Amino acid sequence: MLALNNYLILSAILFAIGTVGVLTRRNAIVIFMCVEMMLNAVNLTLIAMSRYLGNVDGQVFVFFIMTVAAAEAAVGLALMIAFYKNRESIDVEDINLMKL
Amino acid sequence: MESIFFFVVAAVAVISSILVVTCKNPINSALSLVMTFFMLATCYVMLDAPFLAVTQVIVYAGAIMVLIVFVIMLLNIRTETVKRGSHAVISGVILGVFVLFQTIWFLLKGLNGGNLTGKTGTMDAALINRVGHVEVIGKALFTDFLLPFEVTSILLLIAIIGAVVLAKKKI
Repeated sequence: MLALNNYLILSAILFAIGTVGVLTRRNAIVIFMCVEMMLNAVNLTLIAMSRYLGNVDGQVFVFFIMTVAAAEAAVGLALMIAFYKNRESIDVEDINLMKL
Repeated sequence: MESIFFFVVAAVAVISSILVVTCKNPINSALSLVMTFFMLATCYVMLDAPFLAVTQVIVYAGAIMVLIVFVIMLLNIRTETVKRGSHAVISGVILGVFVLFQTIWFLLKGLNGGNLTGKTGTMDAALINRVGHVEVIGKALFTDFLLPFEVTSILLLIAIIGAVVLAKKKI
């Protein structure tokens, strides 16, 4: 079996790329996709650790993370549609209604 | 052989995730993200977690990405014409590299000492081949994690209600 380090480094790279996407993009849907990618990187860490420790708990956690991601997708996309109806845009820099 | 396969999968995953961040058109980003999800599912299969790989393909690559692509097409989002200022991009990339080193340091810290801290268990490839991955997960899910499982159903109910309320014109 492959060394655990390989999976952990792949997961760290994916997480960092997701962070860069969240920090540099302006389109809210692309930011949302980058957040999903970060969640997936964490899932990979949990599954790899669970496999190498021989403990199934990590994989059950991955299950819950997937559920939370599905709920987040439903609510987040509904929010984006509601915002688009008001502003005709989903650029995050247009989300400034509460700015002083 | 296995390591060559892993490095090919990892390279495709990293390249497609970079495409998610760099593509101008959100549809291209979404399709690259589907590719990343498939590569991660391949990694799960290599880690002896076939059930989670199937769930990854069905839930992420199937349900969530279809929802995202649907919303992108519904809103008719144009490609970004006005670029964000370059100093914002540079500082974002610097912070990303910082996060990368920090995450790698965190993740490998426990391994370099030679011992993984954490509760070890009895799950291994032989057990998964004998009784099946679904049974292994199901036993843990419906005994040790029964309360979180039930709470998750409430979470999903709240998400359904929230999505309907947000999408309605007038409540």
